[in-house]
Amino acid sequence: MKKSTQWTLGLAVSAVLLAGCATAPSMAELDQLTDQIAKASFSDKNIIKADKVLNTDESNRLCSAADMAGAPLDDATAKRLEAVNLKTIKWPADGKFLGDWKQGEKTAQSGAGATWSDKKVGVNGGNCYNCHQLSKQEISFGTIGPSLYNYGKIRGVTDPGSPASKAVVEYTWGKIWNARAYNACSSMPRAGHNGFLSEEQIQNVMALLLDPKSPVNQ
Amino acid sequence: MKTTNKWAVAIGALVLAGSALAQKSASDGIAEYRAMLQDGNPAELFEAKGEDLWKTKRGPKNVSLEQCNLGKGPGVVKGAFVELPRYFADTQRVQDLESRLLTCMETLQGFNAAEIAKTPFGKGEQVNMTALATWVASESRGMRFNLPQAHQSEKTFYEVGKRLFFKRGGTHDFACASCHSQEGKRIRLQDLPVLTKNPGDGIGFAAWPAYRVSNGQMWSMQLRLNDCYRLQRFPYPGFGSDATIALGVYMGVNAKGAASIAPALKR
Repeated sequence: MKKSTQWTLGLAVSAVLLAGCATAPSMAELDQLTDQIAKASFSDKNIIKADKVLNTDESNRLCSAADMAGAPLDDATAKRLEAVNLKTIKWPADGKFLGDWKQGEKTAQSGAGATWSDKKVGVNGGNCYNCHQLSKQEISFGTIGPSLYNYGKIRGVTDPGSPASKAVVEYTWGKIWNARAYNACSSMPRAGHNGFLSEEQIQNVMALLLDPKSPVNQ
Repeated sequence: MKTTNKWAVAIGALVLAGSALAQKSASDGIAEYRAMLQDGNPAELFEAKGEDLWKTKRGPKNVSLEQCNLGKGPGVVKGAFVELPRYFADTQRVQDLESRLLTCMETLQGFNAAEIAKTPFGKGEQVNMTALATWVASESRGMRFNLPQAHQSEKTFYEVGKRLFFKRGGTHDFACASCHSQEGKRIRLQDLPVLTKNPGDGIGFAAWPAYRVSNGQMWSMQLRLNDCYRLQRFPYPGFGSDATIALGVYMGVNAKGAASIAPALKR
């Protein structure tokens, strides 16, 4: 039903909302029209549900508006959103922050999963290399995020389990779980909060970043 | 055969150049690779097929598309592509190239537009749609984008497209803007065009339809957007849906003055 009616649905939206629109619509009307057009244009497919994506949270709504305006959020709003996101962070149930960096490298390399071409929810990739440099060996890395080469070494992490490393280790966990807790409108996906990486996968990516034996720290 | 040989030579050369090339400058390497392939762009085959389809009597009404109005009058193809999407009085819609072709296929030839719109890319009439779009685009090669913004609907669609471009959502919180609003960024080794302004001749909006070497497919702008939204972890955008057209208006108006190289050759 949904997909077959899309073409005609598109016509209906345009006709109703635009035909009578001889004068310029207000900003609020444009926002409303955008929501209506998005609702009529996108449909569920396999594991992706349109409603869930389109009706996103307050953090995304406010950051989208700020991005579009080309002006950052005011300090108070940014701090408020960061606090909201900070509250969502789940710390490792077993108290273990670092797993296996070799498994972490696999997760960092993979961009698999969570698309409408996936018929069921499987093991997702972290997409890390799409935006970050990590190990020196992998030359195919993106530059949307900062280089994370020598991430642990630069921060002086020689023993991730030591009290001296605690702050860096906790921050890194929190950043991967919900990056928006530290930067309200960061472009980085909220891997833990949005549930596309498991706790175990995050432990492994943590090891990739912080284990002194990881290629990232060579 | 000729083309195949040329390709083998080009790919061989790239492999020989090896990792030194990749480390020196990955994007230079890719640009060289594209240049080597340029005089054998397989898009030509789709252009020829599209031109033939345009002139052939087809569909339940057994009529050609030669009287199709792409915005510059019935049958005017040259220059039409660089002014799309635009508002059409007969449908009372802002339409991009493919949704307009679909309208002509329905009104002139008697095809069922809704059926074609829900046909997957690369199947049935969608194959012909891609060829037609490729040919129409090729007829504006070298011309500069100049989308009309006089009608209120065109202005409104620009504003809607802008909002959609910046809309974050999904498991990865991605918007189009996450990847396409900053200079000099890339995903892996792929350079990303900035689409919030004119990204330059033949870049971004001015490059599609394009033949993709990596998967051997001809991709229209509708398919390009469809796959962007897939990777963005967004829901499925309907073919010719208003969201895709509004985004086209946003990118096309931003690209004002950029020369079209479509159909281009892509990674």
